[in-house]
Amino acid sequence: MLRLTWRNLLARKVRLLMSTLAIVLGIGFLAGVMTFSTGLNATFDNIVKGSTSDGLVRPAGDIQGANAGVGTTQVITPEDVEALDALPEVEDAVGSVDGIGSFLLGEDGKLVGGQGAPTLAFNYAPTENMAGEQILELTAGGWPSEPGEITLDTSSAERGSYAVGDEVTMIVPSVGETRRTFTLVGTADFNGGGTAGATLVLLDTAEAQEIFLDGQDAFTSVALTAADGVSQAELAAAADAVVPEGFAGVTGDEVVEETQDQIGQFLDVISIFLTTFAVIAIVVGAFIIFNTFSILVSQRVRESALLRALGASKRQVTRSVLIEAFLMSVVGATLGLLLGLGLSRALAGLFRTFGLDIAGEVLTLTPFTIAAGYVTGILVTMVAAFVPARRAAKVPPVAAMRDDLVVQEKGMGRRLLLGSIALVVGVALAAAGLTGAPGTDAIWIGAGAVIWVITTAVLAPVLGKPVLLACRSVFGRVFGTAGRLAGENALRNPRRTGATASALMIGLAVVSAVGVLASSLSATNDKVVDDAFRSDFLVQMPTFQGFPAQYGDRMEDVDGVDLVSRQQGTPVSVEVDGRSDQSFAAGVDPAYFEIYDLTIVEGTEEITGRQALLSEGRAADLGARPGDTIDVSFPGGETIPVEVVGVFEDSPTTGGITVPLSVLEDAGIKRSDSSLSITVEDGADRAAVKQDLEDVVEELPILSVQDKVEFKELISGQVNQLLYVIYGLLALAVIIAVIGIVNTLGLSVLERTREIGLLRAVGLSRRRLRTMITLESVAIALLGAVLGMVLGLVIGVVLRQSLKDDLTELSLPLDNLLVFLVVAVIFGVLAAIVPAIRASRMKVLDAIATE
Amino acid sequence: MTEHTLGEATQGVAASAHDLVKTYGKGEAEVRALDGVTIDLMQGEFTAVMGPSGSGKSTLMHCLAALDTPTSGEAVVDGTSLGKLKDKDLTTLRRERVGFVFQSFNLVPTLTAEENILLPLNLAGRKPDRAWFDQVVDAVGLRPRLGHRPSEMSGGQQQRVACARALVSQPRIVFADEPTGNLDSTSSAEVLGFLRRSVDEFGQTVVMVTHDPVAASYTDRVVFLADGRIVDELRNPDRDQILEKMVGLQDAAAAKAAG
Ligand SMILES: Nc1ncnc2c1ncn2[C@@H]1O[C@H](COP(=O)(O)OP(=O)(O)OP(=O)(O)O)[C@@H](O)[C@H]1O
Ligand SMILES: [Mg+2]
Repeated sequence: MLRLTWRNLLARKVRLLMSTLAIVLGIGFLAGVMTFSTGLNATFDNIVKGSTSDGLVRPAGDIQGANAGVGTTQVITPEDVEALDALPEVEDAVGSVDGIGSFLLGEDGKLVGGQGAPTLAFNYAPTENMAGEQILELTAGGWPSEPGEITLDTSSAERGSYAVGDEVTMIVPSVGETRRTFTLVGTADFNGGGTAGATLVLLDTAEAQEIFLDGQDAFTSVALTAADGVSQAELAAAADAVVPEGFAGVTGDEVVEETQDQIGQFLDVISIFLTTFAVIAIVVGAFIIFNTFSILVSQRVRESALLRALGASKRQVTRSVLIEAFLMSVVGATLGLLLGLGLSRALAGLFRTFGLDIAGEVLTLTPFTIAAGYVTGILVTMVAAFVPARRAAKVPPVAAMRDDLVVQEKGMGRRLLLGSIALVVGVALAAAGLTGAPGTDAIWIGAGAVIWVITTAVLAPVLGKPVLLACRSVFGRVFGTAGRLAGENALRNPRRTGATASALMIGLAVVSAVGVLASSLSATNDKVVDDAFRSDFLVQMPTFQGFPAQYGDRMEDVDGVDLVSRQQGTPVSVEVDGRSDQSFAAGVDPAYFEIYDLTIVEGTEEITGRQALLSEGRAADLGARPGDTIDVSFPGGETIPVEVVGVFEDSPTTGGITVPLSVLEDAGIKRSDSSLSITVEDGADRAAVKQDLEDVVEELPILSVQDKVEFKELISGQVNQLLYVIYGLLALAVIIAVIGIVNTLGLSVLERTREIGLLRAVGLSRRRLRTMITLESVAIALLGAVLGMVLGLVIGVVLRQSLKDDLTELSLPLDNLLVFLVVAVIFGVLAAIVPAIRASRMKVLDAIATE
Repeated sequence: MTEHTLGEATQGVAASAHDLVKTYGKGEAEVRALDGVTIDLMQGEFTAVMGPSGSGKSTLMHCLAALDTPTSGEAVVDGTSLGKLKDKDLTTLRRERVGFVFQSFNLVPTLTAEENILLPLNLAGRKPDRAWFDQVVDAVGLRPRLGHRPSEMSGGQQQRVACARALVSQPRIVFADEPTGNLDSTSSAEVLGFLRRSVDEFGQTVVMVTHDPVAASYTDRVVFLADGRIVDELRNPDRDQILEKMVGLQDAAAAKAAG
């Protein structure tokens, strides 16, 4: 039996290769994602560990502003550093100036690092990490030793096209000139390797103090190295005892853990996101494997019957098919793992160009990845091959003697019944989600959607009939007999056509559902912007980071400008019921209230001094009403009690906790702006004012001056960017589905050798034969696309409904759907190329002679 | 369609072979399926090709019907030499000037009987001559079956549909390779009767390969092949004459195999 299996595999190598390709791609994607995530984690781990000292003295409190790009005015003096250095537990204490709000420009004047990772600026002082190595290592040149000198990380220097000795331009938040030039004296990297995409700027200490601390001889934090035999905990405790108020000593381990938590959350999201698409690809692959085996089995009916007639048991026949599947899956998974490794390296290469350096040695197949790859590959293939294998065994021995080789396929009755039940279950789940069953609505709906997808796949032979009938009549009308025949061929084996189309259907269902959400998101944003955008211009960074307050000052002086409202955001925490609730506070100036109309639901909108307005949502979270006082903790550890004076209807123009700018100042937050809202005087030339405003921020091009239309475009641009990433990731699933079409067509062509020969004999030309096969392929692709898009629309609309609080507008991306349809047709045409050429190469005679 | 009382001398040549040679394989394994066949197939004649299995009957038909290319020699259909034609022209020639009936698998399973019959015309983009179509359909007696698919018809009915298809485009010549090979005697008689009538009533030219002396007795002329050569010929044969010749040929073949 084994030998027979082996022979079968070899005899059908091309067909099997194609379905193996489905496994290879699916597993390849999965392994690639896993390897890449592991590598990414390891890279960040190395950097975090390599750049953290035994202990750290930093501003107290649980919100570390530096992580959010918010600076504080709290400082620690050189005397404090000396006191720390003198402690017996401390071998070395190094004062550090961590600069917030500076930007490195490349030689072309553009921001280095684009809009991604932040610019980390600090003074250079040799410091040891937890492993006793230097935190920073030079890769060229030297360290900055006097004002005007600068050292950059290797990758940023490269991306900015700077070489040692060049003039380097930076935007700094110091008083006066914001633009400064330095001489590049060297390049360096974190000991852990790379900077993970961040831009690293090292300055001379005095200059760093001048720029970031207004010239005070002070530091923002102190790195500690423990004396021999002193534990991190002892070190931190000893330091904590002597540091000035507002500062705290923490262990290096704590800092590492905090950072890992933060990065880990972010990396987890990425990895889950990518894995989702790998799973979709694998599911699509499973369909193709199922389909390939179904066709192979039906083509082997006679052989199976002969085996049965010769005395093979049902189980032996089943097993022979399953062993075939097993061998195939092992080969597929092996190749997939190798592909995954290559894929992760390629991804790493791509990230390297963005400055995220992932070392090759961390990109290896871990035992877990290998196990996951094999288990998934083998399991999916075996499960997909099981039903066809059973069907092979059910062939009665007598079939060997019969001439007509058609497997009697069971009626669609059972399928319809099961499908309808599943459909009802899916609807029930979605309805449960919409009507507020416990847990997240989207999960209920998601479960319903998965059931729908499966149902549609099962019912595709039935549901797809109208589409195929339409194809037949249109093709027949446009392409004559060849078109008519193509339509008939697509219809003749509904299961096969349905299963092939289902693979494509899955991809398109996801694409369309995501499309509905994205388009609704854009529409909602447009509406929100229409309602809330009251100023003439808005000035902010695409990342909503803070920028030097000088720009706002200069804009106030621009001719024709009426009002400039300044807003500064910061993360805060508020104590509620004994636990601290992370939130976001916006400091606003009085002009804010002149430009924007908050809808006050309770209290007043007049705030002065230590008073706050809460959004309805925040107020509900905090259980606070006008008259209550809430304790707001700011980065740097300062906690300020503020009195709630009013509650407003949620608004995108300000934070959930809105306070006067002075509160942030009191809390020791370094002044910078997160956004400026600007109105122009009546009768002023808007275009001219805009030009003047743009001139103010010319040196920092990513800080943009936008009017309403541009702001809408910016937001929908961001939505679309994400959408395109998702489409890109789904492309793999679609490609696998197209491989499925190629496979099915190839098998069908082989199966219809005689028929094709006959058609050729009675006068079908090669060209029209190719047309016929291409049209059949297009019919399958269209079927998949139509089913997928209809299903995706339904899922998208239901999901939108469940998210209606956030997505207030529903918008259907009809123009996109049209594009998908065209793309499906193109894919159909592409999928048919090889089978069509094969068919047209068949010699008429061979075809006639084939049994 | 009735005024073709043509004598042999005045008949044109519908198709002809000149010194056709077809070999398969090389060297030791070389098989000469056709070994210099020269024959003229006359218009309006019903010709049978007979011979032992492997004597090259099918090969001859395929070469004449533009389905296969000979190794050497010339095949001419309706005055056109096939040797120089490209695939496209061969396709057109098959579609417009040649009709086929194979032993089995003659019909496209997805099409109805009527669609199968009209397939060559549809492929050519030609409008069927309705009167002619009706005549052919009535002649094969298939009117009630026109809407049926092949799977819903008996073997004999299927072969008659195939015959109708071969005739409906009014080709110069119809080739039939063992058209009754899979049929019982009643069905065979139906099909052969129809082919005979198409010759008598419509002046069609038909060439048919058969092993069955009864089938061959429907024809005007029987050509005997052995080892890729024409070895004998009968005109207006009857069953016994044919049987006699066949036995002779088979004995010769058996003797050759033994010796
Ligand atoms: N494709 C091929 N490759 C090799 N040899 C072939 C091929 N086709 C036919 N032959 C050989 O050519 C010879 C003639 O074959 P052909 O099919 O014409 O015989 P036939 O007279 O039609 O026989 P039958 O009555 O059995 O149908 C045979 O010896 C056959 O083995
Ligand atoms: Mg033959």
